Amino acid sequence: MNLDVTWAKAWIRTGANVMSEHRVELLDLDRAIGDGDHGENMDRGFQAVLAKLDAVPAEANPGDVLKMVATTLISTVGGAAGPLYGTAFLKAAIAVQDKSDLDGAALVALLTAGRDGIVLRGKAESGDKTMVDAWTPAVDAAAAAQASGADAPAILLAAAEAAEAGALATEPLIARKGRASYLGERAIGHRDPGAQSSALLLRAAADTATQG
Amino acid sequence: MKKLINDPKNVVAEAVAGFGAAHADLVTVSSDPIFIVRKDAPVAGKVGIVSGGGSGHEPMHGGLVGPGMLDAAVPGAVFTSPTPDPILAATKAVDGGAGVLHIVKNYTGDVLNFETAADLAAADGVEVRSVLVNDDVAVKDSLYTAGRRGVAGTVLVEKIAGAAADRGDDLESVALVAERVIAQVRTMGVALTPCVVPHAGEPSFTLADDEIEIGIGIHGEPGRERIKLEPADAIVDRMLGPILDDIPFASGDKVLLFVNGMGGTPQIELYIVFRRAAEVLAERGIEVSRTLVGNFTTSLEMQGMSITVLKLDDELTTLWDAPVQTAALRWGR
Repeated sequence: MNLDVTWAKAWIRTGANVMSEHRVELLDLDRAIGDGDHGENMDRGFQAVLAKLDAVPAEANPGDVLKMVATTLISTVGGAAGPLYGTAFLKAAIAVQDKSDLDGAALVALLTAGRDGIVLRGKAESGDKTMVDAWTPAVDAAAAAQASGADAPAILLAAAEAAEAGALATEPLIARKGRASYLGERAIGHRDPGAQSSALLLRAAADTATQG
Repeated sequence: MKKLINDPKNVVAEAVAGFGAAHADLVTVSSDPIFIVRKDAPVAGKVGIVSGGGSGHEPMHGGLVGPGMLDAAVPGAVFTSPTPDPILAATKAVDGGAGVLHIVKNYTGDVLNFETAADLAAADGVEVRSVLVNDDVAVKDSLYTAGRRGVAGTVLVEKIAGAAADRGDDLESVALVAERVIAQVRTMGVALTPCVVPHAGEPSFTLADDEIEIGIGIHGEPGRERIKLEPADAIVDRMLGPILDDIPFASGDKVLLFVNGMGGTPQIELYIVFRRAAEVLAERGIEVSRTLVGNFTTSLEMQGMSITVLKLDDELTTLWDAPVQTAALRWGR
């Protein structure tokens, strides 16, 4: 499938469904090392996004979809995840705003800008046991795939797989940002809920690109 | 889990509507977006004071809205920071032309959402200053954590900053007074039982029948250590040590001693705690010159309490004594 506005809508629609399906899993992860609201907040935010998705015109660009996602998540999610995901989608939208079809280079730019937005807002670094630990491997894998000549769906697939591995790799870490940082060594053995929801979203992007 | 709720999704909206109906003499409630403002807002020429955060800590913050304290409170979902939209709307609603102070508890979500709202307010021409409350000595403030949490000491910051605004201080001065309270207030909490977030339906953590969590956060976040239940006096001693050693408090200091209930602990136990805390302070030569006991910064139905000590000076004492008229704190009016 061409990575155009139809794909962007399909990605976000799938992403919203995935957040609903994984609501309890994310709640459980967050209850273990946070305050137990991540699944609820992400589901609420993406349901609000879903309600606005059809109103995005068919002649819009993928960036317009991402911008709507950004403003909606900022207004509805709350907690730390709202501003972090909101900023990620906003920066990603700006990175591809004039393009109607996203090629490999545009995808890498989108992912890089999203990751940079999260780092800018949350000031977390790799290894802090946060969303960044899913996003940075995803950005690196996407860039490597693009450099080796992979097509756009393959680039997203590489990003999704790297994000999943990155989320899994947060389990042995001690958290240095967010509420889990108060746990010290007690955070060891638990996956970061934000890294997990990030991996789910990137997997939805890859699935919708490869299915088309 | 047994709770007096309807649909878990409507907990905050219904509670805020009820609060507005019960205290219609003091506040006006906005339902979309959700925020609570004092009835006569904005007060022309007065610095507006806005606080907020996740719900579940009542009476903080809605119960602290009124003359002499907060101009507005912005409740988020239970234990979840409000989004920037209601914070922005509340900020504009209380701007009487002298600017607005945001009193923010130091949690990543609260900080990010208030920061975003302050940027938006500035873009709309409202001058905003923010102060971060981080009174919880249970967690280490270091490069490796998100910093100390803001807990019950927030109530004292809000009272004193509110009084400074009420007497006509400008935005900079109100912010400085708030910063001074933050620099001089320390808190530590303990949980005897967990709390249950309505939409989660399960306890946020587990404690065995004979266990307590020392240094608990107001969302049930773990603290310093989990120990076997001890007599009240031993628990108080265990908590006061780190509080008093932190600033440190010294012989000859005058302080405000605040024993705060977490929601599920009866007053009779809070006074047993107060009794011992006052004894320990007296032994150290610290004079308890002002006091507060009750449920102010709760954690839903959690059994437990926190002890807060604020080092007073003459100005802070005067501001504490100044009249206040809110649902939860009321004197001098």
